[in-house]
Amino acid sequence: MGLRIQLLSIVVTGGLFVIVFELVRRRKLMERYALLWLFASSVLLVLAVWRGLLNDLARTVGIYYAPSALFAVAFGFILVLLLHFSLVISRLADQNKVLAQRLGLLQQRLDDQERRLARMTQRDAADADAPDRELARHR
Amino acid sequence: MTPLPSRQPPQKRLAIVPAYNESGAIAGVIDDVLTNAPGFDVLVIDDGSTDRTAEIAAEAGAIVIRHPINLGIGGAMQSGYLYAAENGYEIAVQVDGDGQHDARHIAELLGHLADNPQLDMVTGSRFVTSEGDGYKSSASRRVGIRIFARVISAITGSRVTDPTSGFRMTTRRAIELFARDYPHDYPEVEAILMMHAHQLQSAEIPVLMRSRTSGVSSISPTRSAYYMVKVLLAIFIGLFRSRPNVELGDPAPVAAQSSL
Repeated sequence: MGLRIQLLSIVVTGGLFVIVFELVRRRKLMERYALLWLFASSVLLVLAVWRGLLNDLARTVGIYYAPSALFAVAFGFILVLLLHFSLVISRLADQNKVLAQRLGLLQQRLDDQERRLARMTQRDAADADAPDRELARHR
Repeated sequence: MTPLPSRQPPQKRLAIVPAYNESGAIAGVIDDVLTNAPGFDVLVIDDGSTDRTAEIAAEAGAIVIRHPINLGIGGAMQSGYLYAAENGYEIAVQVDGDGQHDARHIAELLGHLADNPQLDMVTGSRFVTSEGDGYKSSASRRVGIRIFARVISAITGSRVTDPTSGFRMTTRRAIELFARDYPHDYPEVEAILMMHAHQLQSAEIPVLMRSRTSGVSSISPTRSAYYMVKVLLAIFIGLFRSRPNVELGDPAPVAAQSSL
């Protein structure tokens, strides 16, 4: 692996690690979603720094150009991350649906109560206005 | 019960009971608190149970908040603290819905807070005196508890023996803090650090805990290990925060609004 591509790899993976860490520190990114990112970026950083390990890895799987092995590993992590996010989105969508349904049912109950209250006050007002008529009707 | 300095009107006290599918134990827990801790209102947070936990709790005389979805223990507890903050409670005690906390200790927790006005939280610990007198738990869990105890003690500079104990009582200041911001998984551990970051003091007193009477623990060993890694990471990154938690008027601690 050439020095230039190695330096570039270190800068990119190290930068990724620092950005993720900083986002968690500023509480923009929750730890539960940061764990996979931090793991991926630290493995890539190790591979970028430790040239021998990357070369061995490349030779074992039959990749002639070592930096390509780094891309292959990164690609694997991206696949896992995407699948992870799909799972997270599925759960969020499901929870979102339940929340909307619950809110709809509560709204309906509130509307119902308000209508009933309005009818009651209306009737009370009518009773107060025309007590004789109301009295006659009851007889 | 240890009386607090008399004050008008009487101090409002709340027992917060988070429960997820605890229909077998919840009535006993509520009964225990109502009998052994007079002066405490009981609030059950039904965290999206699929059994009759909420109905049974209401019948047993508790105030019930039902979550339409399962938020986990952290979200459930924060709902309790939000309720306590909005309804003017001065004291809140957390009691697990599975019956492992003995409500007779609530008076001791309250007494300790009354005797030590500099404290804002007091936790019932299983391990203050000897290593876990009578309390049975798995070996992996004990190792986890001991690691957390070591880490938390080192960071806060005071001896913490049972950082995962959920049997704890808080004052108004801590209630308001937790209503604004409360951690997610193993929240008890991070809550101690939150108190520390806000210069609020906490202490431990020895309690005995029962083994759970029914239901299953929400945390399996593998999840437990995963949570441990995550919470240790959270603790580690927390060390790099100058001011770890929001003050009044700060932006809320959510990730939603931000982009890179």
